Amino acid sequence: MAELRILGAGIAGLCMATELAARGIDFALVDKEPAPGPHACSWWAGGMLAPWCEGESAEEPVVRLGAQSIGWWQQHTGLVQAQGSLVVALGRDLKELDRFARRTENFERLDAAQIDALEPDLAGRFRAALFFPEEAHLSPRAALETLSGNLAAKGIAVQPQAEAATTIDCRGLSARDALADLRGVKGEMLILRCPDVQLSRPVRLLHPRIPLYIVPRGDGVYMLGATMIEAGERSRITARSLLEMLSAAYALHPAFGEAEVLEIGVDARPAFPDNLPRIRRRGDTIYANGLYRHGFLLAPALARMVADMLETGARPEVMDEDYAQR
Amino acid sequence: MRSFYGTTLANPLMLGTAQYPSPAILAEAFRRSGAGVATVSLRRESGADRAGQDFWAMIADLGVPVLPNTAGCHSVKEAVTTAHMAREVFDTPWIKLEVIGHTDTLQPDVFALVEAARVLSEDGFQVFPYTTEDLVVAEKLLHAGCEVLMPWGAPIGSGLGLANEYALRSMRAHFPDVPLVVDAGIGLPSHAARAMELGFDAVLLNTAVAKAGDPAMMAEAFSRAVLAGQAAYAADPIEPRDMAAPSTPVIGKAFLE
Repeated sequence: MAELRILGAGIAGLCMATELAARGIDFALVDKEPAPGPHACSWWAGGMLAPWCEGESAEEPVVRLGAQSIGWWQQHTGLVQAQGSLVVALGRDLKELDRFARRTENFERLDAAQIDALEPDLAGRFRAALFFPEEAHLSPRAALETLSGNLAAKGIAVQPQAEAATTIDCRGLSARDALADLRGVKGEMLILRCPDVQLSRPVRLLHPRIPLYIVPRGDGVYMLGATMIEAGERSRITARSLLEMLSAAYALHPAFGEAEVLEIGVDARPAFPDNLPRIRRRGDTIYANGLYRHGFLLAPALARMVADMLETGARPEVMDEDYAQR
Repeated sequence: MRSFYGTTLANPLMLGTAQYPSPAILAEAFRRSGAGVATVSLRRESGADRAGQDFWAMIADLGVPVLPNTAGCHSVKEAVTTAHMAREVFDTPWIKLEVIGHTDTLQPDVFALVEAARVLSEDGFQVFPYTTEDLVVAEKLLHAGCEVLMPWGAPIGSGLGLANEYALRSMRAHFPDVPLVVDAGIGLPSHAARAMELGFDAVLLNTAVAKAGDPAMMAEAFSRAVLAGQAAYAADPIEPRDMAAPSTPVIGKAFLE
């Protein structure tokens, strides 16, 4: 029997495995699926590494811990596109840009000419934008597969089952059976092919009700996302969500009207009531969960904290030690 | 004191539950404001199999009366179906009836609203209709069985405040015995205080709190504002007096003329 096992090989489990392996800690990696795929909600992620933009609505730890993830992803996958990210709003919603600016930091204000220089295909479409130069993005599926491949190269294959003295539970929403305060937040997304539009970096289109982001995946392929619905449902996109996302994309650039719809994705993000991640120890099991919409942004930090805890006994910042008394 | 279908509110703030950064911040907003009612939408969250039940359970746990709504419904049939689900989920006859007529401004379709109000009232629901300030529509809603009216202050989410104060004052004067709630369009606590000063019985809002930089602090600010406005109305304020255009020169005259 192994000393340690990781349950779940989605974003949380793969980052955990990568971090432990890098420190020379032995473990078994357990998942009923042998490779990354559509069964995990990280498969449907945007892949934005945008901690400062997320600070608009997320709390401080998300910004700080998220900023550390960019280097981690580059170190372990080499897939990081360090192009920054762009935030725009249409004429009637320009005040949304001011509100966004008040609540975020680490950006530059761009005028029309500067927007055109940065993203020529958006030329003439927006009068003002915010540019977050230190943000980045990556292809989430390629990143998951790279982590999985790196582990396999080290002889760590995903096993359907294994017993161990200590368990690190990274099962995401599937851990609801043990974590009563974990809930699902439904997200719907699209993947489009639109070679008529060339964008080099993620673009967020602000709107009071239907905010949208578009992440370039290369070769004219774009990820469009994502809805946030308080429901644990993991399938079934609605016509309304589809309409809203496509209308927003069309407003960003009318050429998206001619895009080919490649994929429609639906899943639910695992979240605790404050939408912040937690490490929770109960008996011989350590739960690392609640990454919400910040899987790629926060999974490296969560992995590092668990690894530190195992190595030195250091109490993680997001430890939830009062839970047992609740 | 006018009651809402027999219920007197602990606080005349009715607070929506959408768009908060997290359920924890939502709960904190309710705790700090002492809001008297929680409104919650079901249409989009219901999913194929009541998928929103975790969130709805959190709302029920807030410990305040729940006013489920039919936000996102564009027809009588959708609104009625959603109301029936709401009654089952929250075990309450209350329903905030929204029938949207225009997808951009979210202006109510008052014709479908009156019809849906009639259907639901006959079925035992206690309907809180989200309507415009139109007095004729208001009368028809009362005839349809509503015992509360909820005119908008301005379009949903606009934060413009009381766009037509004259009409809201007319409404108060025309329906002295009907509980009235300003629903939608509120941006600042001063807007909410003003509505209460006009004699409205409650103010319903969501975006102004949920999208504030500090939602819990804003919720508390709104709570103080509605309580101040309510007390001011009850205290019978003085009438404003225009001193800018004296009818006679004041020099050499007694001031009390």
